[in-house]
Amino acid sequence: MMSNKKNKKLTPTQQQYQAFANKRMPKRPVIKNCIKAFLVGGIICTIGQAVKWVFIHYFEFTEITASNPTVAVLIMISTLLTGLGVYDHIGQWAGAGSAVPVTGFANTMSSAAIEHRSEGYVLGVGGNMFKLAGSVIVYGVFSAFVVSIIKITIKALGGM
Amino acid sequence: MIQGHQTWVFESKPVIIASAAVGGPFEGNGALANDFDKLHQDTWLGQGSYEKAEKKLLEEACEIAIRKGGSKKEDVQFFLSGDLMNQIISSSFAARTLGAPFLGLFGACSSSMESLSLAALIADNKFGDNLIAAASSHNSAAEKQFRYPTEYGGQKPPTAQWTVTGAGAALVRQQGEGPKVTAATIGRVVDMGISDPFNMGGAMAPAAVDTIEAHFRDLNRETDYYDIIATGDLGSVGHQIAADLLKKHNIKMDKQRFTDCGILIYKKEQPALAGGSGCGCSATVTYGHFLNRMRKGELKKILIVATGVLMSPISYQQKESMPCIAHAVSIEM
Repeated sequence: MMSNKKNKKLTPTQQQYQAFANKRMPKRPVIKNCIKAFLVGGIICTIGQAVKWVFIHYFEFTEITASNPTVAVLIMISTLLTGLGVYDHIGQWAGAGSAVPVTGFANTMSSAAIEHRSEGYVLGVGGNMFKLAGSVIVYGVFSAFVVSIIKITIKALGGM
Repeated sequence: MIQGHQTWVFESKPVIIASAAVGGPFEGNGALANDFDKLHQDTWLGQGSYEKAEKKLLEEACEIAIRKGGSKKEDVQFFLSGDLMNQIISSSFAARTLGAPFLGLFGACSSSMESLSLAALIADNKFGDNLIAAASSHNSAAEKQFRYPTEYGGQKPPTAQWTVTGAGAALVRQQGEGPKVTAATIGRVVDMGISDPFNMGGAMAPAAVDTIEAHFRDLNRETDYYDIIATGDLGSVGHQIAADLLKKHNIKMDKQRFTDCGILIYKKEQPALAGGSGCGCSATVTYGHFLNRMRKGELKKILIVATGVLMSPISYQQKESMPCIAHAVSIEM
């Protein structure tokens, strides 16, 4: 009965218990987490901006072409911090602040790669590297595709 | 002999001749570091993977328990063990090393008391002597299997718990000197519909309460019979819920008497959030801390209620709720 999908709704006893338990559960400190995320996310972006500035001023990049090496530097820093076992501690403190920027994306890939090194390079590292990042790429690319189609259509109809 | 619905009373009182607890670095920095027989500086234990490290922890705990009991590997008649890994590889591989007839168990984090109660049952019925009951868990191996990669920077909520890197083993004999296993209450599966794997304590609390109620009902005992009643790994959140549930069910439970292995094992300043969890939690705290206190004479009677969540990463992803269980074992000096 319990496994029946239609009866998936909670029984009165379960509902009663969950209400009872929820009252005794510490809540996620949402406001505190938001402030931390804002600060850390902001710091990461500021570092990125500084790196970009260096590329523009010392390496003859333009504002547009400097983006690629900047992202590469941030990814390298993030991967290094993941390997040194620091990034997960930053993540616990900063939450979305260190998860949303490109550094978070690099962390999901490198942490999975490190984790599965013990299963070898092919089945382990290669096979699991995109365990967390894979869905971001799949849905990211797909939504970009949909948005592009919409844009092209509107343009073709003379809307832009 | 069965008494009531779900409690075994071991009339011959099998004895825990010796016990051992082995832990990792986080446990070494914890509140009960002195109660471990061996602590490792490195979570890898010099092995090539976390899974191999967990196997090594379990092997060491068994070895130390056998040695302390003045026994030999060859004299172990049965080995009963459980862990959290898929297909309980830690236990099975340790059994390969030990070479004794082996019963592999899975009760998630309740495996520690599941193996002890079955070992006592075998000894009590004279179906075997010199048995090892053990359980193990490894923080990184468990995180890898059940959650995210260990170095992944995701934020955990305050209800999350820290899987203990450790293994505990007990050498059980029909007769001898030491703490005696007098009764065991085998728990039912209780599912209150909670599906958040970062809230294990909240999910397991009703299972613990169900088993505690059954134990005292079956044996017609009062809770003050025991010096300590310790749940396995409810953590601070689940333990509070369990305490309040017991009160709601009109079971008198002293605050000093009612504790939790997951709360005891770490210091407050350690980043363990709601506390310790895993098979290794109740196993190391019981076979290290509590039994040491019993041998020193500080405790006479204890009840360990090891709690477990019987879920898998796949059942969680398929949006199933988490069935929970608790087994209680009464140990008396």
